[in-house]
Amino acid sequence: MQSTLVVLVEDKPGVLNRVASLFRRRAYNIESLSVGHTQQPGVSRMTIVVDSTHTNVEMVVQNLYKLVSVIQVHNVTDTPAVMRDLALIKISADGGASRAEIMQIVETFRARVVDVGLKTLMVEVTGTDDKINGLVDVLRPYGIVEMVRTGRVAMARGTGASVGDSAGPEGS
Amino acid sequence: MKKTGAEIVWEMLRREGVEVAFGIPGGAIMHTYHPRQDFGIHHVLMRHEQCAAHAADGYARVSGKVGVAIATSGPGATNLVTGIATAFMDSSPIVCITGQVPSSLIGTDAFQETDITGVTLPVTKHNYLVTDVADLAATIHEAFYIARSGRPGPVLIDLPKDVQIASTEFVVPDEEVNLPGYHPVGAGAPELVKQAAALINKAERPIILAGQGVLMSKAMQELRAFVEKAEIPVALTLLGKGGFPESHPLALGMMGMHGEAYVNQAIQESDLIMAFGMRFDDRVTGKLDLYTPGAQRIHVDADAAELGKIVAVDLPILGDLRQVLQQLIPLVEEKSHPAWIEKIQEWRSDSHRRDILNRPENGHLVAAHFINDIWEATEGQAIVVTDVGQHQMWAAQYYLNDVPYSVVTSGGLGTMGFGLPAAIGAQFGQPDREVWMIAGDGGFQMTMHDLATVVQEKLPIRIALANNNCLGMVRQWQEFFYEKRYESTILLNPDFVKLVEAYGIPAWRATTRSEARNAIAQARKVDGPSFVEFQIAKEGEDGNVYPMVPAGAALHDMIRRSHPASDEE
Repeated sequence: MQSTLVVLVEDKPGVLNRVASLFRRRAYNIESLSVGHTQQPGVSRMTIVVDSTHTNVEMVVQNLYKLVSVIQVHNVTDTPAVMRDLALIKISADGGASRAEIMQIVETFRARVVDVGLKTLMVEVTGTDDKINGLVDVLRPYGIVEMVRTGRVAMARGTGASVGDSAGPEGS
Repeated sequence: MKKTGAEIVWEMLRREGVEVAFGIPGGAIMHTYHPRQDFGIHHVLMRHEQCAAHAADGYARVSGKVGVAIATSGPGATNLVTGIATAFMDSSPIVCITGQVPSSLIGTDAFQETDITGVTLPVTKHNYLVTDVADLAATIHEAFYIARSGRPGPVLIDLPKDVQIASTEFVVPDEEVNLPGYHPVGAGAPELVKQAAALINKAERPIILAGQGVLMSKAMQELRAFVEKAEIPVALTLLGKGGFPESHPLALGMMGMHGEAYVNQAIQESDLIMAFGMRFDDRVTGKLDLYTPGAQRIHVDADAAELGKIVAVDLPILGDLRQVLQQLIPLVEEKSHPAWIEKIQEWRSDSHRRDILNRPENGHLVAAHFINDIWEATEGQAIVVTDVGQHQMWAAQYYLNDVPYSVVTSGGLGTMGFGLPAAIGAQFGQPDREVWMIAGDGGFQMTMHDLATVVQEKLPIRIALANNNCLGMVRQWQEFFYEKRYESTILLNPDFVKLVEAYGIPAWRATTRSEARNAIAQARKVDGPSFVEFQIAKEGEDGNVYPMVPAGAALHDMIRRSHPASDEE
């Protein structure tokens, strides 16, 4: 089981280290972590995927709140949310036949080819973990030269924001 | 007006109400030290930076104010770490200021460079590396606010040398600190408080587990009013001592691994435990699967991450204990629990008969004797600072305490060497009170160099050394659980009396009860520091801490001193 946390943090040096150090110290497992800017200057947003089979996610949330630099945490696992991962996959493709097959697969998965080399193709795909894993499985027989994934990002559906601008910890 | 970074440090310390700071100068912090005298803040020159942090901690615990420790970069800063970790585990508010190499050299492995913000990340409530002198004043103000508010803790500020030297227009920071991610808690959720009152009103065998949170939220009066209204007995954690008077008829005493057997028994047999500002440390629960099997549990704490961390609770209430008790008191019924109280009294009288103080003396001096004698001589009014080990448990058992903020001991981290430097801090925090520092011979030798500080500052600290020529607590475990193989626990000690006299401190040695009483009386007459070494029994019933919950056993399943009835057989 996995849980997805959306975490707003102050955009200051060392904050990623504070969060990572917390997970290490408390022996929580991170499945993936991605960080980026938000619409608000001075605030960064992390999406953290936690292995909830071995980790008490409520404890993770409360411990994140203990970090002074953490502004808000929202567990979006059980709320309707869009979750996406992005992958770049470089595949060997020498002959004409395999190239055409790969293009077809890419189209079926609504992925796209973003670079064509003499002996390779680079594919960009966005989607859920399952969709990306599915594409990777199908492409593997052609020979994956290189792959990179961003880790999950998430946003709640509907009109409200996944995390508010200034609310305090939940439960307080 | 323009001020240098160094001047801003002292200006801000003064504005935060700091009267004394503990530290040692060095290359990367001497610029900050330079203007100190102009700001009227006393500086105590310690002999090791670890002691500076412990002194700040001891100061904070008895004064209710934030303690301040100062060290240079590199080894000065890393030496603070044990003291910071000690303060962190016991939620003690201290601010540590460290020098750092100039900004331009950070990351180059410069002389005496250590990434101290990185090193202390897991043992501070928060920390800062100040890179712009314009941020310095606000950072110091924020650091003090974070250290003392909510669940208190240590905060470290790392100051590169160039920031200390640089000048800026000094602007007094706004009194109110606005941190988007930091919100100390207030009252409890009314619905939960109401449910708690309902549980309390129908409980037949209720018990309160009072921790340091009582002292932290200054809830002593509220706790007493609550306890007296609902007639509920109170067990204390080690750090909870002082939160409720131990002479009160409803005070049971200390719980846990070396708590009184009847206290642990009462906890185990209760039908409702109310944990007030304590965190179910493994030293107070025993084996978790067998902990309070028939009890419902209410837990009130200011730290949400403590609720449900160790034991499942029926009613977790996040809030400031004092406010939660104010909410609870009108909701609980006036009640009495005569059958329950009587049952506990029965267990208590059994414990009383096993107590070494109530057994005929056999000529051996034991720790219980001299601690009891100090207690009697000081009428229970002294501040007692301990080191860590057997004597710490004996001090907790035999120095009964009614006065809040008068017991200073390293509970969570269990830091040997804590006692002497913490006593230095405590004496500064309460200059008019009598301070007794009780240590064992093992821990004392870890920081005894700071006797020089005691003398230099003319502090009238009374030092009681419980000397059993070994690392007693480890040796006790070896006696009980490791076939009496005293592996690396026997100490060949110096002549402590001569050693202490070399510092100019009057010293006595006691080997019998009457010598002990006499030495305590003599030591209390000295104008300035004094020292008594008590030669105590090393092994067996005279030399072990009883009772004891062995590792992995249930809380009530204790190794106990034999009952006098068995002697007569």
